Amino acid sequence: MLKVEHLSYDVVEEGRQSEILSDVSFTVNDGEMLVITGPNGGGKSTLAKLLMGINKATGGKIILNGQDITDYTIDERARAGLGFAFQQPPRFKGMTVRRLLSLAAGKPLDEKTCCSLLSSVGLCAMEYIDREADATLSGGEMKRIEIATVLAKRHDLCVFDEPEAGIDLWSFSMLIKRFEQIHKEKKESLILISHQERIIQMADRIMVISDGKVQSIGDAEDIMPDLFGTELDSCECRRQKGGELYGV
Amino acid sequence: MESKKIDLDKVTQDVLKMIDSYGFKQEGAYNLRLNGMAVCHGDSRHINIVKKEDKPGIDIHISGEAKNEQVHIPVVMSQEGVDIVYNDFYIEDGADVTIIAGCGIHGEGCSETRHDGIHAFHVGRGCNVKYVENHYAEGKGTGQKVLNPVTKIYVGEDSVFTLETTQIRGVDSTERENYIELADNAKLFVTEKLMTDEGQTAVSNMDVELNGENSSARIVSRSVGKGTSKQVFHPKAIGNNRCHAHVQCDSIIMDQAEISSIPEIDARHVDAQIIHEAAIGRINDEQLVKLQTFGLSEEEAESVIIESFLK
Repeated sequence: MLKVEHLSYDVVEEGRQSEILSDVSFTVNDGEMLVITGPNGGGKSTLAKLLMGINKATGGKIILNGQDITDYTIDERARAGLGFAFQQPPRFKGMTVRRLLSLAAGKPLDEKTCCSLLSSVGLCAMEYIDREADATLSGGEMKRIEIATVLAKRHDLCVFDEPEAGIDLWSFSMLIKRFEQIHKEKKESLILISHQERIIQMADRIMVISDGKVQSIGDAEDIMPDLFGTELDSCECRRQKGGELYGV
Repeated sequence: MESKKIDLDKVTQDVLKMIDSYGFKQEGAYNLRLNGMAVCHGDSRHINIVKKEDKPGIDIHISGEAKNEQVHIPVVMSQEGVDIVYNDFYIEDGADVTIIAGCGIHGEGCSETRHDGIHAFHVGRGCNVKYVENHYAEGKGTGQKVLNPVTKIYVGEDSVFTLETTQIRGVDSTERENYIELADNAKLFVTEKLMTDEGQTAVSNMDVELNGENSSARIVSRSVGKGTSKQVFHPKAIGNNRCHAHVQCDSIIMDQAEISSIPEIDARHVDAQIIHEAAIGRINDEQLVKLQTFGLSEEEAESVIIESFLK
């Protein structure tokens, strides 16, 4: 179980203190899927980075399975059970996809396991395992490999920052199935940061973040009508407070 | 030369493990040069090694009937001094061979230990030749450990030549000179990997003359500079005919190292297509962070990135 208490993040820019996230509190229960959504620039990705320790919170606490991990480094948090998929994954010159997946798994992976992981994110596995995870791969391919690195190991809680970004429709459907499977098994908790309706619809609970603050959080059936109104087929969702639009 | 086998001491065996990634054995075609002397040697059915009479070194004659064969010609120096050797390779039409060379220094003294390996390759038509050269030095001695290879390669029509050079550790100073000529339809693949640390220096000059019609060259250089080391790369591709060449130099710079990368392309024919790319930069923070999310410490992540980059 993840418990986030009064998390805040300030930065100093040109001598002025700026509040990026303020007093964010929420929990994610074991096996639960929380989808965090909200307008661009609202602080979702910053929150994800604070959870993983990529950015250091300036206030508040992060407790994972009863353990205060607020001061943990990134690798300590990984060893404590957190997994993280980047919105824009880095590329590695000289490193094969197979090596990257093995590093993610924490052990050498055989060909069959690598293929299975890559297939689960919609990649024709044999074409990829010996390729370098470098600029020769497209953004969409890298993104799917990024997701496969998180799937390579069992975590207590995985954070996916906009997993749908840059992925084609066919692969996206496979990804949705994979998330549904993880969610059904209830072995790992999931935090998905997303604007995508199909992902939002899978959530147990939804948290809306805007202007660095939690605007609303609750069970999916309670939050969904606020997000989508009555028409769920919209390609935009309307934020109720203030009536602003943001793309999905 | 008469075939000769010897027992090798542990230092020599350990250095050989570092420089001969294919595994040195006193079998088939081989010649081990130890402290300036050819100490053991063997021929195979298709590969004949002949000692030079006029200067130190050997002539290696490779028959066109050699298919998927290897010849190992490592050099080990465990005593101080300067060793200059001239090795010439005569590769007949149609041969398919891998040549594993390289030099390892085990230096315990306070004087310089230096090896200058001057190699020339005369490659016939339709050959497939891979030349692997690893350079390495070890030992607590304060004497400079120096390697200065000179490699001249003449690639015949329709032949493929693959050159892989690696210098990862321990060499205080190196000055490499490569000169390569390509005939019609000849293909060249070069992979150069280098890591320097502390006050080490490395200079690598390479001239590739694409003389033949439809000849091609792909040159990839990857290096890591640490400590206060200095590296200079100067690959030059000269297109004298309808040809294609791609030169790519990538370097990771760390600490107070200095790296100078000067790819040069020179077209002397209207159908010469030559491209160069060069990049020098520190290790990307995002790469470090990504590997840390797998549970690796920052130091482990850095080590993995460098190892992969130079692999």
